[in-house]
Amino acid sequence: MIRFEPRGPVPVSRVLLVSVAAAVAALLLAAIPMAFAGLSVFGAYGLMVKGAFGSMFAFTEMLTRATPLILTGLAAAVAFRAKLWNIGAEGQLYAGALAAVAVGTGVFGGPSLFLIPLVILAGALAGGLVMLGPTLLKTRLGVDEVVTTLLLNFIILLFVQMMLEGPMKDPMGMGWPQSEPILDEAALPKLMARMRIHWGLIIALVASLGVYFLLKRTVWGFEIRAVGENAAAARHSGIPVTATFVRVGLISGALAGLAGVGEVAGLKGYLTADLSPGFGYSGIVVAMLAGLSPVGVIIAALFIASIFVGADSMSRATGVSNYLADLMVAMSLLCVLVAGLFLRFKIRFVGAPSAKETAK
Amino acid sequence: MTEILDILLSANFWAAALRIATPLIFGVIGALICERAGVLNLGIEGIFTAGAMAGWMAVWLGAGLWGGVFVAACAGALFGLIHAILTVPLGLSQHVSGIGVTLFATSLSYFIYRTALPDVSSPPRIDAFQPLDIPVLSELPFIGPALFQQTPLTFLALFLVVATAYVLYRTPLGLAIRAVGDNPSAVESQGLSVYAIRIGTVVAGSAIMALGGAFLTMSAFDAFFFGMVNGRGWICIALTVFASWRPGKALIGALLFGAFDAFQVRLQTEVGSFIPGQVFLMMPYLLSIAALIVVARRADYPRALLVPYFRGQR
Repeated sequence: MIRFEPRGPVPVSRVLLVSVAAAVAALLLAAIPMAFAGLSVFGAYGLMVKGAFGSMFAFTEMLTRATPLILTGLAAAVAFRAKLWNIGAEGQLYAGALAAVAVGTGVFGGPSLFLIPLVILAGALAGGLVMLGPTLLKTRLGVDEVVTTLLLNFIILLFVQMMLEGPMKDPMGMGWPQSEPILDEAALPKLMARMRIHWGLIIALVASLGVYFLLKRTVWGFEIRAVGENAAAARHSGIPVTATFVRVGLISGALAGLAGVGEVAGLKGYLTADLSPGFGYSGIVVAMLAGLSPVGVIIAALFIASIFVGADSMSRATGVSNYLADLMVAMSLLCVLVAGLFLRFKIRFVGAPSAKETAK
Repeated sequence: MTEILDILLSANFWAAALRIATPLIFGVIGALICERAGVLNLGIEGIFTAGAMAGWMAVWLGAGLWGGVFVAACAGALFGLIHAILTVPLGLSQHVSGIGVTLFATSLSYFIYRTALPDVSSPPRIDAFQPLDIPVLSELPFIGPALFQQTPLTFLALFLVVATAYVLYRTPLGLAIRAVGDNPSAVESQGLSVYAIRIGTVVAGSAIMALGGAFLTMSAFDAFFFGMVNGRGWICIALTVFASWRPGKALIGALLFGAFDAFQVRLQTEVGSFIPGQVFLMMPYLLSIAALIVVARRADYPRALLVPYFRGQR
């Protein structure tokens, strides 16, 4: 018989320990599909580590990959803190990217000092506005936000495809459905010469600190945490619950929108409908691995990014499908969920009462 | 206008509507059963993919078609069991666990497919289910081609609607399932195990969901493609709310969706393409949201939906 006994407040070190344990467990479990695919497990992990950390290029590629994951992870973390289940970061990312392209490809001219903030603002605003709909539907009409945010992912992606084949198609794109390139003045500068790593990373790190500060040090942050712990009690004690949900929704959507800005304005330079290989969904894993902590999100995003980049490189070297990376990320989520139990509960193994005891 | 009438009056259109609705019927019935027991199963999108892949692969490896259907159901049951263990005795967030199961089932299915078939450019085909040719019925005018020239899985789906309604409303088991979703502590006080009923229900519901995926690879198409589920699972989650957790309404909802989808394809070919195709493709998702808004106010949620139950705790 297993018994769960609720714990009190949890020290940070334990959160960290549990996440690391979950990550290790996921890596161990991933040995099963690796062996199934005929890989030597140590060799495969060696190739993965080399692929993510083996050279300056590999390392910067990993950081480049982590950039959108930090932002979508933050988007999920801040929303989940309030128990606002935003599963729509993928769509919000595309909305942000679309807005960035809409203002950054020549409608407005001007120096970088004007255009870069404009692109960033437009992307954040677009992501936030997308999230406004589901949040209002939840607070006004009681429509479940999980379903609406999920369905919006599909709607937005189709809308992006429609724009890329229609009004926003690049006439110089040789017929490919892609947007015009972002102006040089609107593009986020690179961080290093000849590498793809760009200023989006700085934006992501600043955003993490910003969310940390918001949650820890502001009245809004207190309200967000209070609503997440018990919305009814929060309402009873005079916290504006509806307004808090709307704020959280806007912030969460804006963060996911910023991820889209980074991908078009920092990395790709133009928008295509395959901009994101599921960064929105991976962001949920990042947030859970981080225990919904904004600073932990950075570490979790680096972990997930090194799995993706490492597995890509391993896949090229061995010919094994790189769906292995997605599989490892999914396993990480399931492991961290189970591991989370050790945070919330003391787990006691209690023997079933024996006949002798019952007789007493 | 005459084109629209022509479309609506053709048996071919209604046959297509029922065909398109079939995977949704499996999905919404499966989701509905889980939610009736108080467990939201967002693993559905992944369970669809797993059912599609497992059923197809079993047949490709030499199993019979019904053997494939069985394998698909087992795959669904397995992922349902993972979700059930995480959410019922462990009481973890049903939202996050469901997303986890979806990510896991989808990536595992893709990984297995790619590992088994590393370098295939066009997916290998199987001999899929063929439409039944029921002697008298399929020769009836209009109704024959619309209703009776379907593959066996469509009839299985229709049968499951009736069976689910019967079990839920006419049997002690159904009463227990509904009670577990409404008032679990009352069930426990009757000496029944909430955990056992919830886990069993989620496993069974997930097995049914997986049949929706199996229909895609073994009836609608004859191969497995990446991304072939394409959001159908999420639409089933929306349809469940639309159906107010009732099997009959679930059937109607799925048929309405099938009809709409079949209609838009025909309208596009008839009327031409001055409206971008994506607008039509968006419609099912927009309609799902619209349906949620319409019914949200009077939605009669199972009262213990999303609420974990712990033994001996109130």
